Amino acid sequence: MTNSRVTGARESPAPAVPTVPMPPPAARFRDLLAAEWLKLWSLRSTPWAYLIAALAVIGFNVGQAYDTYRYWTMENTADKARFVRDGIPLAEAFTSNAASILMLAAGAIGAVTVVGEYGTGLIRTTFAAVPARRSVLAAKAAVLAGVTTALGALIAAVSFFATQAILAGRDIGVSAGHPGALRVIVASALLTPVSALVGMAVGALLRQMGTTMVATFVTLLILPLVVSPGRYWSALLAHALPYSAWQRLTEVGSPVVAYPWSQAGAWTVYGAWALGAVVLAVFTVDRRDQ
Amino acid sequence: MIEVKDLTKRFGATTAVKDLTFTVRPGRVTGFLGPNGAGKSTTLRMILGLNAPTGGSVTVGGLAFRDRPRGLRHVGALLDAGDVHGGRSAAAHLAVLARSNRIPRRRVDEVLAEVGLAGAAGRRRVGGFSLGMKQRLGIATALLGDPPVLLFDEPLNGLDPEGVLWVRGLFRRLAGAGRTVFVSSHLMSEMENTADELIVIGRGELIAAESLARFAARGSGAGVTVRTPRPAALAEVLTAAGGTVSQDGPLLAVTGLDASRIGDLAGRHALPLHELTPRTASLEDAFMKLTADSVEYATGDAGESR
Repeated sequence: MTNSRVTGARESPAPAVPTVPMPPPAARFRDLLAAEWLKLWSLRSTPWAYLIAALAVIGFNVGQAYDTYRYWTMENTADKARFVRDGIPLAEAFTSNAASILMLAAGAIGAVTVVGEYGTGLIRTTFAAVPARRSVLAAKAAVLAGVTTALGALIAAVSFFATQAILAGRDIGVSAGHPGALRVIVASALLTPVSALVGMAVGALLRQMGTTMVATFVTLLILPLVVSPGRYWSALLAHALPYSAWQRLTEVGSPVVAYPWSQAGAWTVYGAWALGAVVLAVFTVDRRDQ
Repeated sequence: MIEVKDLTKRFGATTAVKDLTFTVRPGRVTGFLGPNGAGKSTTLRMILGLNAPTGGSVTVGGLAFRDRPRGLRHVGALLDAGDVHGGRSAAAHLAVLARSNRIPRRRVDEVLAEVGLAGAAGRRRVGGFSLGMKQRLGIATALLGDPPVLLFDEPLNGLDPEGVLWVRGLFRRLAGAGRTVFVSSHLMSEMENTADELIVIGRGELIAAESLARFAARGSGAGVTVRTPRPAALAEVLTAAGGTVSQDGPLLAVTGLDASRIGDLAGRHALPLHELTPRTASLEDAFMKLTADSVEYATGDAGESR
């Protein structure tokens, strides 16, 4: 016996804590979903980030619609007719500037869900509590996709109805039943989870805030700028990017392009990026030392 | 029970842990000692499956930790008190972990009370916590799942004296209840009053795995100090009896003979003794001597034992 205290501890009466713990309950994926949900909303920054993102995007759309409303009387009759014939009122439901801001914000929101854990070291606590790392990342991706889809739907719907209400002041607003209107809303809404999942995957790959943000923005926003839709290979590459897919899906009328592609193709690009991002995040984190 | 077998971890050209084999048994507090950079944290991370071993294996309760879908009910760990998100409250941090492991929410309040963070402290954001409070939160995290195996990496850092006493008592109680308690430290003095067993490593290799008592006994300086007016004569007698003697004026430092034997010999030869002091080597001495060759970040005089 090493010393008297040890002996004392041995001889002490029945311990207050059970020596043999109860068999643990079965592991359920929904516990991880609930934990990720709690994790998200227990941060004060979460609602602020979402609110600011929503206001910025809606602001860009409403601003454009208001600009049209304000200067409408200065246009001549032919221009007005062409404006309506080209379907511009519907295009103003979600502008490309607003889409860029949305991708930026959603990409950052997605990146923070993973990089926030690596930056603080929380990731080690998380994986010590749940050694099934793939399940953790899958739960994280599911909660992120769900929440950003809701956020995107809200932003897209508010943008649509606000802009069309403003344009209705000049009798050029369209209703949700207008051909293509629903597609514009859904494509803009879904751009949010796609961008968020890309940000999350890049975050899981790079684990560091600065490089993750840069890489996410380059992937989502810079890449579409450097490819040209006028050359075959470049157009092929362009058609594989989420921003181009959004442009294709929110296209009004039938603009003449060198290499046309189908809406189904554009939806597939959305799906492929979302799926690819989740797979990348799940397997990168599973294999590496933490 | 933690079983480490031939565990090796290399990071590029650096070998952090090399052929480590030891067992940590339940019902005892086992200290995990080594100088800075000895590979303690890397070993703990491999036990938790956070780092994959380059070679060898480690099991907790017979299973590799990563083969368990949820961890908190099997192993509770405090690796680094800073491994939390500063934006969450202590209660929210624990609630997330509890939820992921299907542990009832009330357990969060129980462990917060246990570590002294009940009430307002538990609702404050962790970013504003002192190191000591973060250590308490880390200990609460380890206790959350009521696990049979607990790992603590340098748990006493930043704790006030009252906190240190409390942690020692907690470790004793956990071990007394039959749990496996594995505590790392780079300070022998922290282990002296806490551990029953010691695992000592240096430069990633095992130096010792034995009870604290046995470890103390191999201390370098264990011996007896003798003061006598006739040092030369006594030295001759003691050397003849098998002792090792070094003389410094009237003082003799004797090893290999215990105090009673020296007293008997002096009496038989009618040599007067003015002082007879058994000197037990401090654990710190034993630790320093053992790890002297394996200190990773040696300063000018760190290589010699005190």
